[in-house]
Amino acid sequence: MDNRSSVEIFTEWDIVAARQLGRNEAKNSGFGTVDQARITTAISELARNIYLYAGKGKIEIERLSTDGMKGMTIIASDEGPGIPDLRKVMEDGFSTSGGLGAGMPGVKRLMDDFKVESEVGKGTTITATKWLR
Amino acid sequence: MNSKMRIVVNEHMDAIIEQWIELMKEEKGERFFHFMPQHLVEKTSREFTALMTSNITEGESALNNERLDDFTEKVIRFGWSIKFVNKAIDNFASVVFEMLEDEEVITEQNLRIFMGVFTGWINPLRESIIEAYAIKWEQTDTLQKVALQELSASLIPVVDKVSIMPLVGTIDTERAKLIMENLLEGVVQQRAEVVLLDITGVPVVDTMVAHHIIQAADAVRLVGAKCMLVGIRPEIAQTIVALGINLSDFTTTSTLRRGMQEALSLTNREIVEVE
Repeated sequence: MDNRSSVEIFTEWDIVAARQLGRNEAKNSGFGTVDQARITTAISELARNIYLYAGKGKIEIERLSTDGMKGMTIIASDEGPGIPDLRKVMEDGFSTSGGLGAGMPGVKRLMDDFKVESEVGKGTTITATKWLR
Repeated sequence: MNSKMRIVVNEHMDAIIEQWIELMKEEKGERFFHFMPQHLVEKTSREFTALMTSNITEGESALNNERLDDFTEKVIRFGWSIKFVNKAIDNFASVVFEMLEDEEVITEQNLRIFMGVFTGWINPLRESIIEAYAIKWEQTDTLQKVALQELSASLIPVVDKVSIMPLVGTIDTERAKLIMENLLEGVVQQRAEVVLLDITGVPVVDTMVAHHIIQAADAVRLVGAKCMLVGIRPEIAQTIVALGINLSDFTTTSTLRRGMQEALSLTNREIVEVE
């Protein structure tokens, strides 16, 4: 598909590659600098989560255009351990790795639409969309 | 069989080189054979063919490591891609093969045996060239990493009691560690009372980067200095707020200049114009 690109996450440097891709896509879709920074940061958080908790996974970026609305979707998927308590990870300050615990709720605030699907032992898929206004 | 091949290849060396260059010129996407000066192309081609034929003209095991190193280094400097190098070997093999056929060294009767001899000649060469190429790249890669590390995170004493650490580029775990070490070491060594962490050149401030900055600032406080975060661009400010990161524990300013003024006033000084 033409409007979809992806980066595999294996190492810490792949996170940089993923957000570079996100920034370029956001720029090309016509997002302003603030939204570019939001999208890039969101990708950075999601990619880091993959790297930290699942070890490996994939960040996909899709350009959207429906009913005259344009936007961008980030799909972060992995086959890692999954998230046991979805409500807890969306709380500010909850972290299992000694971090700030602002990643997941932060991404939700940075983006417009946000959806988590996770099954323990199977993996996690997070879909986050930003619309162009 | 081998000796005959050796003699014929040596005799026709010039023709082989010429044909090979012609073939390589047809390759798209590489500009080497079109834009480099003629004598340079000639010289490199000669080196390449000399390398390719070294283990048949000088005996089986004479693939000279030094020569191999020299050649790969040169090729990398010229910007040949590994695909192009591989293609060069392919083209060379096919040119030689055709020539050997024309000279009737290879006939239909001995084709099967000859294939063995031929691949036994080309394949080890291909392997060692590609290996040498890969090793060279790895070396360049490590060198650049070291160079980058030397560039990153130095604490600069600007005026008495005030030091600045400009951060440029992506901060990963390794760099964060380096920042912390240099910061603490520098603060003690330079007897700084105020340290300005300048993040103007950091493209993305996510929770991990923020976390490292907060930790560094806490550590600086422990050694008795004050840490200020300067160079926060408007879009970064917005993402930090959205992420819900609490930076209220330390002073932040938008530009290094304002941070500097703040730092001076913290140490009871100011900049005055001399009449």
